[in-house]
Amino acid sequence: MIDLEIILTAVFIAWACALVGSFLVTREMAMVGDAIAHAVLPGIVLAYLISGGRDSLWMLTGACLAGVFVTLCIEWVQKKARVQSDAAIGISYTFLFAIGVILVSKYGQTVDLDQDCVLYGEIAYVPLDRWMLGGLDMGPRQTWIGLGLFTGLSVLIFRGFRALTLTSFDPSYAATLGISVAVWHYALMGAVSLTTVVSFESVGAILVVALVVIPPATAYLFAKTIKNMILLALGFSTTMVVSGYYVSAWLDVSISGSMATTGLVQFLLVMGLKPLLIQSEKIPSHGLKSKG
Amino acid sequence: MKEIALEAHNLTVSYHRKPVLWNIDFKIPAGEIIGIMGPNGAGKSTLLKSIMGLVPASSGYVRIFNQNLKTQRKKIAYVPQRQSVDWDFPARVIDVVKMGRYTHTGLFRRFKPMDYEKAKSALEKVGMLAFAERQIAQLSGGQQQRVFLARALAQEAELYILDEPFAGVDAATEEALIKIIRDLKSQGKTMVVVHHDLQTCREYFSHLVFINARLVASGPTQEVFTEKNLASTYGGKLTLLSKMAELVAEKEFPVREKGSSEFKKSS
Ligand SMILES: Nc1ncnc2c1ncn2[C@@H]1O[C@H](COP(=O)(O)OP(=O)(O)O)[C@@H](O)[C@H]1O
Ligand SMILES: [Mg+2]
Repeated sequence: MIDLEIILTAVFIAWACALVGSFLVTREMAMVGDAIAHAVLPGIVLAYLISGGRDSLWMLTGACLAGVFVTLCIEWVQKKARVQSDAAIGISYTFLFAIGVILVSKYGQTVDLDQDCVLYGEIAYVPLDRWMLGGLDMGPRQTWIGLGLFTGLSVLIFRGFRALTLTSFDPSYAATLGISVAVWHYALMGAVSLTTVVSFESVGAILVVALVVIPPATAYLFAKTIKNMILLALGFSTTMVVSGYYVSAWLDVSISGSMATTGLVQFLLVMGLKPLLIQSEKIPSHGLKSKG
Repeated sequence: MKEIALEAHNLTVSYHRKPVLWNIDFKIPAGEIIGIMGPNGAGKSTLLKSIMGLVPASSGYVRIFNQNLKTQRKKIAYVPQRQSVDWDFPARVIDVVKMGRYTHTGLFRRFKPMDYEKAKSALEKVGMLAFAERQIAQLSGGQQQRVFLARALAQEAELYILDEPFAGVDAATEEALIKIIRDLKSQGKTMVVVHHDLQTCREYFSHLVFINARLVASGPTQEVFTEKNLASTYGGKLTLLSKMAELVAEKEFPVREKGSSEFKKSS
């Protein structure tokens, strides 16, 4: 039962990450996911200080604003300093993260937050936090939150599918059709921030990044269309967290660590199998970004 | 007086406060094939982007069929330079062409059978119907260009704006593309094409706009294709200048020019 609760939570969160991650990877913005995952820290702490408690709504708002803020910072640095986007990403998020760390170290005693909890959230504790409804045990709170997040994102992606796809593939053309590229960009960035912060407590920032990047990147190796890629990413993220869970139980090691590792192993396997599949001409022959 | 499809009035466009287009002023008649000519970095792409509202004008304005761009979006279709997108993007040919229908369906309304038909017929016009299900990563440069043109055709616009459609495509594709452009013209559409080959520009275009940061000349090809305009557009590059002299000399013998281009078509 405890197994199932942990696995289900991980799967819902992994699905949510796969949805936003698919668009990040096709936009060549995977590292923006990483930046957002770190930059939400000051947002959380500030929300905590302003609201005076661990009120989820405040925390969510603070985190999302911080997430969108870091993407603004990235663009601003890129434009003003005219540096490469990876440099702009590095400058922006380490700055925000540092502010977060300073805030935590300054107010860490008065507020009940610590770096470990924010950064490395422990999925093994998920079953301890129950959702009680009128005396009835509905299961772990995080499982429901994960399901809610996945459902919300599915609606956004389903409704915004054309806009997100077109603005990813050809933003200039999208703009000539009168589509607001910025609105969809920030909707996606907001969704990434939301996903990151909601997933924090249960899986921690490091696994969030792995979940956002690895399954979509694995899917990208095969996918013929975006729709295809999202479905494959959902599949790969499921196998990643389920196998990761059992590997961790078997070796008695960190669950998050195992999940990130099985994700990588899976990616390498798929990459190795690809040439064989290309010969049967079933799949496209593009590679991951880098060759340009 | 013919209807004006496109008008730029004192248009100045800057990047990082540095103007790359100065006081561009021209009018383009409807129903013609118009060439925009100029050396690399002259601001041709910037001009098109400014027309399409992708980069703001520092001063001046653009009118499309005598209206603002905002009210004319359905009438104007843009074919960006093919290198401007990542062709490794996971999409099939038909997915890209269907994007052209969004001006009619919007972002949320379902596609009607008619929208699918129009996307397919656009592909057929550019000779790519057989590739509809093909992954775009597998296309050659010429095929990519055809797909981009098909996407614009699916928009069913009145004014088409093409950025270097002939760059890096093979001769067969160039011929196919110019044929489609001429077909559209004969249906009354206005075709604005950025081009850089001086050899073919008189054969392709009835009107020319020469720019090099500033407007050098614009008007009917016969009037503006002069040595003086070519020299002020392309500057003092020696090899180019001698080539231009040759081209202008050719122009003095219209009979030969006409004969040779007809010969080309029938072959
Ligand atoms: N996004 C940009 N930012 C800054 N400068 C640019 C940008 N795009 C183009 N330029 C500059 O503007 C000038 C005109 O470029 P462009 O319109 O692409 O010329 P063309 O299409 O005629 O070759 C060039 O000097 C180019 O370096
Ligand atoms: Mg150009």
